[in-house]
Amino acid sequence: MSTLTPPRSGTARPLPAPEAPRPPRRFRRGAARSRALLGALYATPTAVMVGLFFLVPLLLVGWMSLHKWPLLGAPTMNVPDNYTRIADNELVASAVWFTVKYTVLMTVLLFVVAFGLALLVQQRRRGVGFLRTAFLLPMAVGFASASLLFLGLLSDEIGPISDLLRKIGLIDGYVSWTSGSSESALGSAMVLVLWRFAGFNMLILLTGLQAIPLEVYEAARIDGASRWQTFRRVTIPLMRPTIALVLTMMITGSLLAFDQFWILTRGGPDNSTTSLVMVIYREAFIRLDLGSAAGISVALLAVLVVFNVIQLGVLRRRS
Amino acid sequence: MTRSSLTSRWGYYVTGTALAILFLSPLLWSGWASLRTGTGFGLENYDRLFTSDNGIRVHHIVNSITVSALTVAGTLLVATLGGYAFGRFRFPGRDLLFLLTLAILMVPYATILIALYVLLGWIGLEDSLIGLSLVLIMFQLPFSIFMMRNSFEAVPRELEESAQVDGCNSVSTLIRIMLPAVKPGLITVGLFAFLTSWSEFFAPLILLNSTDRFTTTLAVVNMRTASHGSIDYAALEAGVVFMAVPCLLLFAFMQRSYVRGFTSGALKG
Repeated sequence: MSTLTPPRSGTARPLPAPEAPRPPRRFRRGAARSRALLGALYATPTAVMVGLFFLVPLLLVGWMSLHKWPLLGAPTMNVPDNYTRIADNELVASAVWFTVKYTVLMTVLLFVVAFGLALLVQQRRRGVGFLRTAFLLPMAVGFASASLLFLGLLSDEIGPISDLLRKIGLIDGYVSWTSGSSESALGSAMVLVLWRFAGFNMLILLTGLQAIPLEVYEAARIDGASRWQTFRRVTIPLMRPTIALVLTMMITGSLLAFDQFWILTRGGPDNSTTSLVMVIYREAFIRLDLGSAAGISVALLAVLVVFNVIQLGVLRRRS
Repeated sequence: MTRSSLTSRWGYYVTGTALAILFLSPLLWSGWASLRTGTGFGLENYDRLFTSDNGIRVHHIVNSITVSALTVAGTLLVATLGGYAFGRFRFPGRDLLFLLTLAILMVPYATILIALYVLLGWIGLEDSLIGLSLVLIMFQLPFSIFMMRNSFEAVPRELEESAQVDGCNSVSTLIRIMLPAVKPGLITVGLFAFLTSWSEFFAPLILLNSTDRFTTTLAVVNMRTASHGSIDYAALEAGVVFMAVPCLLLFAFMQRSYVRGFTSGALKG
């Protein structure tokens, strides 16, 4: 397919104030149209994928939430039972509370550690490449695998942690980190997430840090700003979009926690580390009630959309 | 050299070394634990990984390779065409489609997987590796399309125009001129798709039912969740190492271009 006028900016928009002689209008419009057609053609696979596997399921989950929808057998409409029953479901209440608590703790801890790492490896010094690789390497291990790794690492059977602490004298006797108490189970999961995701978030924060021009720091230094002042008044404000991105990803990721609790703590002890997504899974595939699972999904979805819209609004206002 | 800069340099080395040890030790430990046997070192744990009742089988590995290959190929195909379309063309609905693709990030995983399970059943892809791969491709799209659009936008227009003047048609321009120019982006997208699909757990857990179809990740996790009595931790660590080695090797070889693709393309928008 040849274009008579190679459009400089690749746009179909008519360019103002022609200076050079141009082909007749009919030709140009035809070329622009065929180019638009070509673009639409290239975008078709994306449109099919997004339509079929994203938009349709999104509508379907809403539709399912209005029905009694058993795993096998025909669905029947039961509005609004799936939603009213959420309030009665005790497991949902405790899972919401636990998920929110986990999200707050995890986001704060992960952000502080990831930012610290990014500041540590920000400048080009000797050994920086090695450090960056060391922090990033856990990312190459799948999250489910990492959960199994920590299950062994923290176990009393083959793990070195308990032995080590016993030798120092911090604990005595048998300690079950992943299922002994709700605090230690939560702590185990948090250490795991910290190990697996700190490097990834460090990488994103690093790109933000390196986008700040050196002259800005130079100017702050000439004005006599201390290190802390420079960090608070220069680095943080200029990093705002990157920080917002990282925080959004951390919060969304934590609200949807599944693997770490499913594998490491099995939601225990006594359902004290059962996250919201685990409840959705249980409703659908253990209690075989897809409608109820869809109802909780829609509620979770609504919260996340509202959260993301607020986040976007804050971001836009500040930038 | 002033005293304070000397202290800060020592501080950097000490903190850095301590943190590096903390981050690397779990990996090193799992390798060590997977090789340790009652009497010394050997491959007994790996033997149990492949032979015990709940252990992994060759077809699990074949399943994993199939899903990863389909996901990487599909993601590269859709994201290259889509990224080219978004980066270089204007057509009706372009911005809406781009926004919808990015919205996949906002509407996460678990909330629509229940519906995808039902949907795949309707179109005859229930409990199928192809269905799983299609879902994984869809979840890869926001990152991949964004990345490829930025990569295509960064290619100088003159390159494309001169190819067209030389008589290349659009498809051969894309393949011969544009693809070599966006190679770092392709590597990052492909590597990301591989790492995710190879170790993905939640989507296969929901979409695959029969143990014959299980991916390796699912089979290894099953060794933990299906056991009601004692867990064979050492065999589990062997499974972890077995799953992680291909990823670590790929990551080690491609880290440079991966990080470069990330810093140059992904986050400038």
